[in-house]
Amino acid sequence: MKFTLKIWRQEDAKSKGKFVTYKIDNISSDSSFLEMLDQLNQRLINNDDSISVPGCPVHFDHDCREGICGMCGLYINGRPHGPDSAVTTCQLHMRKFKDGATIVIEPWRSKAFPLIRDLVVDRTALDTIIQAGGFISVKTGSAPEANSTPVPRHLAEKAMDAAACIGCGACVAACPNGSAMLFVGAKVAHMAYLPQGKPEAMRRVQNMVKVMDDCGFGNCSNVYACEYECPKEVNVTHIAKMNRDFLMANLMSEKESA
Amino acid sequence: MDLNAKIPQGPVETKWTKYKADAKLVSPANRRKIDIIIVGTGLAGASAAASLGEMGYNVKVFCYQDSPRRAHSIAAQGGINAAKNYPNDGDDIFRLFFDTIKGGDYRSREANVYRLAEVSNHIIDQAVAQGVPFAREYGGFLDNRSFGGAQVSRTFYARGQTGQQLLLGAYSALSRQIAAGTVELLTRRDILDIVLVDGKARGVIARNIVTGEIERHAAHTVVLGTGGYGNVFYLSTNAKGSNVTPAWKAYKKGALFSNPAFTQIHPTCIPVHGDYQSKLTLMSESLRNDGRIWVPKNKDDVEKLRKKEIQPRDIAEEDRDYYLERRYPAFGNLVPRDVASRAAKERCDAGHGVYTGLAVYLDFKDAIERLGRDNIEKKYGNLFQMYHKIVDEDPYETPMMIYPAVHYTMGGLWVDYELMSNIPGLYVIGEANFSDHGANRLGASALMQGLADGYFVLPYTIANYLADEIKIPHFKTDTPEFDEAEKNVKDSLDKIMSINGKRSVDDLHKELGHIMWDHCGMGRNKEGLEAGIEKVKELKKEFWSNVKVPGTQEAFNEELMKAGHLADFIELGEVMMRDALNREESCGGHFREEHQTEEGEALRHDDKFAYVSSWLFKGEDEAAELVKEELKFEAVELKTRNYK
Repeated sequence: MKFTLKIWRQEDAKSKGKFVTYKIDNISSDSSFLEMLDQLNQRLINNDDSISVPGCPVHFDHDCREGICGMCGLYINGRPHGPDSAVTTCQLHMRKFKDGATIVIEPWRSKAFPLIRDLVVDRTALDTIIQAGGFISVKTGSAPEANSTPVPRHLAEKAMDAAACIGCGACVAACPNGSAMLFVGAKVAHMAYLPQGKPEAMRRVQNMVKVMDDCGFGNCSNVYACEYECPKEVNVTHIAKMNRDFLMANLMSEKESA
Repeated sequence: MDLNAKIPQGPVETKWTKYKADAKLVSPANRRKIDIIIVGTGLAGASAAASLGEMGYNVKVFCYQDSPRRAHSIAAQGGINAAKNYPNDGDDIFRLFFDTIKGGDYRSREANVYRLAEVSNHIIDQAVAQGVPFAREYGGFLDNRSFGGAQVSRTFYARGQTGQQLLLGAYSALSRQIAAGTVELLTRRDILDIVLVDGKARGVIARNIVTGEIERHAAHTVVLGTGGYGNVFYLSTNAKGSNVTPAWKAYKKGALFSNPAFTQIHPTCIPVHGDYQSKLTLMSESLRNDGRIWVPKNKDDVEKLRKKEIQPRDIAEEDRDYYLERRYPAFGNLVPRDVASRAAKERCDAGHGVYTGLAVYLDFKDAIERLGRDNIEKKYGNLFQMYHKIVDEDPYETPMMIYPAVHYTMGGLWVDYELMSNIPGLYVIGEANFSDHGANRLGASALMQGLADGYFVLPYTIANYLADEIKIPHFKTDTPEFDEAEKNVKDSLDKIMSINGKRSVDDLHKELGHIMWDHCGMGRNKEGLEAGIEKVKELKKEFWSNVKVPGTQEAFNEELMKAGHLADFIELGEVMMRDALNREESCGGHFREEHQTEEGEALRHDDKFAYVSSWLFKGEDEAAELVKEELKFEAVELKTRNYK
């Protein structure tokens, strides 16, 4: 297969970026999207004649290449993780594109994700939000016997649905407001559904929402692009759950602190 | 060199209790005076950092990814073992211990493995309390499933994402400590050397992957939780960034590297399909609970299948060879990984492989008929989806095609009972050490070991060392030892950048992978290993004279990082093959073709090789020296493994 790639190139956070166009041919339809970029980079390193514009390899984040670590994330033809549904960029295959197609590749663009180089962005803000309360405060060694608290199966399943989030940031990239509410909602809901997460549920949602706002993420205006683009199909109902819990927490907060 | 594994006296079931009773402690007030460096944020590193932070130590934790949650433990699919015996099917701590020793083909240390089984139940308690959403029955109690090498159901799971959920649990505990200020997190750091002061591990040299800046970090002790070295084969189920570099730098500072030849080839991975391929994807062992493995009996059918003239479903039941069920009726499709992998290779070598010739079927037809599609989807939905996306075939409709691939490395840095290497103050946890899995790891035991080490073993054993360190003030980094280490790191980076040859890092890495797979893969022999060693030596010369790394050092430069990792993998490759050459027996994942039974099963030689083979660095261009630790079996009897 042959493609025309328009790729965002930017030396570092301070430099000015631009699109650079590369032509690439001889790509197998079974190759993954990142393997296609690997081949582009190999040809760039080797100064291959088939590459019209010489230069450094294109930088992009990647690691597990099996759709679970959440490290990869490219904005492909205007969609986070590209045209296929329920996959990360590393699981996207070239058979999903037409031969000869032009493919536009950009980094996640969001105020809260500063650019590092080319297609690599800094998603530290997502970790910062988890540090604000995305945990259950249990010290190593202080846990009771695992079966001492039965958890209704449907709640365990709901918690698992929410916990499937891989923290890639596609929801933020997809959102016109740059909102992280699907990410935060998923973590709040995961823990709030479980009896183990209940004691801190109020504090958790308040603290996480506050830090989310401080990190520069936008608000939710019910566009649902986040759910549509989420590679793990995390549902927007978790946002509703977070909003309900947040409201309850604010109403109850006097009581809690008393 | 004398090795002391420091195994406590007494019967195996009382050793850990006795150890804990005798171990020295560090009081809460003194812990804040102690600095600990932890490299890696997988299950072992994250759980250790969280636990030590909670106790009040000053912890600095490093990862090469942008977030600790990305460490490759996240990709573990099937489950985690524990001896809870909830199904009432005869499990207990001794049986989990015994199965792990036997599964490892009697090449692991009894005392460590018993302790692993002993703490396994606490891991499940801890994870549940953290909010890990394990699968449950309708009554709300935890569900279990079976894994290879066991006749009980002792595996806890969270769909096909157990590693992800356990890692997120450890990551959440770690995040809590970062917020509390006990742990400092440094992401996007490549650890390029271990610094020793007066023979003790006292710090690391890190490269900031974003800026290229070289940093010095000092501490009272250094813990490596850096994972395995499967990427020496280029193609493996490991993450692209997984590397041996921190462990290898420790080796070059005198830490022993043990059993490097013990690598696990996982039987159920998606087969290789092209030379541009960058990694292999695992299909969880849990699938062997319900999937049946087969190849066509008739070679005519094989030909037609390869040419796609017929479909697998066209092969009649009597023309299918369910070779695992045929050869191993007692364990059937759930034999341990090494056995299943070799059996697949045997069938493919005999000409029965489908697809490219290097694939067998994993068929869910019977399970779907028996349990219904919905139930199969609930259990394995994400795995089936992953397979469908990669191969472009629907595994609900046609059997999966699978083939063995490099997955896990049982070998690693030598550690004693306290998880300390032979360098004082250097601890090694999780897959990075050698201690618990012998020559073959059982499924669902890697998660158990990583978390056992981090949550329940290291916090006790490290105190025994640190108790004598409380009077030593915080270390400074402006010392001659740090100067020298930093200079060596910089020189090495300068040298790589200056070569400006003709071959890319990936090109050289693929060549290394081919050498390792051909000469030190599923079947090994003397001739092949000797030839392989020569090839790796040549490749080392080629690397240092002809590698091409574009860009600059003082910037984000992935090629430079990869080059450094590859240089270490090449050196490791030679030591792996020396180890494989030395071990003239077959055991677990190490199959020496000269040593097999008439039926083609692995043939151990306990009289000569019941030892851990550790390798001591003797200098560049010198052969490493073999150091032996004899394995003593007191609680179990050495026996030939039998899964028939």
